Amino acid sequence: MREELHRFFRAARGAGVRVSPAESIDAMKAVADVGFGDRGILRDTLLLTLAKSQDEKQALGECFDLFFSQPEVKEEETAPEDAAESAQPDAAAAGNRSGDAGAPSPELGELAQMLMSRDRNAIAAAMANAANAAALSDIRYFTQRGIFSTRILDSLGIERLRDDLDALTATSPAEAERLAAALAALRENVRDVVNQALLLYGREESENLRHEILRNAPLARLERRQVEQMKALIRAIARRLRERYSKPRKRQRRGHLDIRRTLRRNAGWGGVPFLTSWKRRHRDRPQIVAICDVSGSVAQVSDFFLLLIHSLHEVVDDVRSFAFSGHLIEVSDILDTKSPEAAMSEIMSKVGFGSSDYGGSLLDFEKGWIRSVTPKTTVIVLGDARTNNLDPRADILRRISERSKRLVWLNPEGRMAWGWGDSEMPRYAAFCSVVRQCATAKQLERAVSDIVAAYQ
Amino acid sequence: MNNNLPADSIEAVTSGLASAGYIASRQIATAVYLAERIEKPILVEGPAGVGKTELAKALAAWRGLKMIRMQCYEGLDEAKALYEWKYAKQLLYTQILKDKLGEVLGGAETLSGALDRLHDFGDVFFSKEFVEPRPLLQALEQPKGCVLLVDEIDKSDAEFESLLLEILSDYQVSIPELGTVVALVKPTVILTSNGERDLSDALKRRCLHLHIGFPEQKLEERIVESRVPGISQSLRTQIVGFINQVRTLDLKKLPSVSETIDWARVLVLLQSTELDHETVKDTLNVLLKYEADIETTMPQVTTFVAKAGRQGVFG
Repeated sequence: MREELHRFFRAARGAGVRVSPAESIDAMKAVADVGFGDRGILRDTLLLTLAKSQDEKQALGECFDLFFSQPEVKEEETAPEDAAESAQPDAAAAGNRSGDAGAPSPELGELAQMLMSRDRNAIAAAMANAANAAALSDIRYFTQRGIFSTRILDSLGIERLRDDLDALTATSPAEAERLAAALAALRENVRDVVNQALLLYGREESENLRHEILRNAPLARLERRQVEQMKALIRAIARRLRERYSKPRKRQRRGHLDIRRTLRRNAGWGGVPFLTSWKRRHRDRPQIVAICDVSGSVAQVSDFFLLLIHSLHEVVDDVRSFAFSGHLIEVSDILDTKSPEAAMSEIMSKVGFGSSDYGGSLLDFEKGWIRSVTPKTTVIVLGDARTNNLDPRADILRRISERSKRLVWLNPEGRMAWGWGDSEMPRYAAFCSVVRQCATAKQLERAVSDIVAAYQ
Repeated sequence: MNNNLPADSIEAVTSGLASAGYIASRQIATAVYLAERIEKPILVEGPAGVGKTELAKALAAWRGLKMIRMQCYEGLDEAKALYEWKYAKQLLYTQILKDKLGEVLGGAETLSGALDRLHDFGDVFFSKEFVEPRPLLQALEQPKGCVLLVDEIDKSDAEFESLLLEILSDYQVSIPELGTVVALVKPTVILTSNGERDLSDALKRRCLHLHIGFPEQKLEERIVESRVPGISQSLRTQIVGFINQVRTLDLKKLPSVSETIDWARVLVLLQSTELDHETVKDTLNVLLKYEADIETTMPQVTTFVAKAGRQGVFG
């Protein structure tokens, strides 16, 4: 049973629950105490000792149910065999014969005998042994299903079975038919076992792989089904950034000696400095003004960017967002009050899908909201800087840059494309503190992380 | 009252807690049972008012042990949680003992001689006498053991968490001047958290993690029954049925068990025997703590009361 528990820990890790050796020792101790008698209590016990948050509890609960449902699957699997059996014309005879289980001809191999006598427990045990021998719990990717199935069948003794089958076909075709049916059921069985193992042990790896692909996929060209996954990923990124930056760190707050205040405080002692005052390094809360291009190709990236920046409430309490294509409007309220989907569709209906006019939009911004930019503000412009050959008005960007703490330009296009065609990126870049390419979730995370870190 | 041996079965824990007026679900009972068996603290998380603190109280009452409570808050530090030197007493004693010190040191010829003699005292002024034990140290020094409740650990600073680690894993405290104080009897430790911030993995690893959510309908009825004596069966079922429906709404703060109990008490005081929507509307402020929540719930009251009434008849 200890073996079983170890495999369960592995499965739990696969399900994304971090089980450390110390925790597994605790769980072992606890399980030794409560015993295996009551599945409900066993489940509670493992949940209490291994899972450390509500999410983990849920994942582990599912994993537990899956893991300990294995024996039942095995019984089920014999059912189709029975069904196939009874469908045969000589079902009645077969049924009778199953009574005298020892009957199968002695020259048959072990596996064939087991199948012929339909000894469920023996088959289940043999299967479990074979799975162990094939190290089934090492399965990680779905492409490995075939090889593991083959390995299990090999160690069950499929070679011998084939020989038996050939021999039987020659001597008694009816028996051979029965054995063939049983073999088919066995294969199905093995496939189920392997699939379940993949579900149990392979989840983490395939999940990681999928994430890695998703993180590096260009945001602007996502498929429809990827969009949902990407939203989940963006939420995860937001959570990570929140965890990292929401705690104000205490260290290095104390700066140089504040001589003026020290003298004033100690005036009572004739200027002998008993009490010292220190200058405190002032730390600004991040203030962000985000100006996003929502025209055509950039829209998707802007969408994710706004989603990310607005889910960082704990870290960034002062965000004002603006969206533009032909003209510019403020969208902070829409984003704060509505669900992400509703907000984006409203923004799109107001300003989206036009051809972008950077000069005009910057002018709109200067007229209406230039006052929102203070020396503490980071201004983020997200856009491809393709001005459709209109006046780029880089002079306005210069003024914004002069007023702000930092001006960051995020461009979804690759560096190669900057300055080609109607791209005015080089002219704008002159006034930006940082210009980054920002086409994938990974780049987006780094960009936002850097912006927030600048305030720490 | 009771012996201090760990309970020998989960049922024993359930009935023990019930005798102290706490109706525990199987998860809770299992957690308490395991905590005593494998000597680990329990970290209880869950929404406010589901009986996290109550669990510690009930456990202490059942065991007949003292409960030492440490309420956490921002800025809580070692001096308030663990121990502090009694500075005033130390100063006073040095003043009083000045002459005595003079006598002892008077015989010494040289400065180094005096210093040697001074060393012979040992650290008189840094002895147990001068330590002011705070809750954590007190808990370790209880001769019969105790229930230590570290309440709302999520409110404290991250540094304080690290301070707890030594106590939680080894039931001991290191005081630099005195050495290590080991627990006489290992206390049962219960930590509660409202999930205001994520606790560190190091802390979580040392604890059994118990999440108490809103109880199932049947369990909640039993809780109300034990907490509000003299309430009729039908009213009880209706109250719990009503509250369970309120919990399906999208509210700022969902009513939890403590609110259910308060409300049941109020209704018993008002001598209602049945839920009717007039009384419910009048007493809704007991249940819901935000104006906006009351506004959301108000229009639904009639439907909910009707549904709860039907449950009362059939359930």
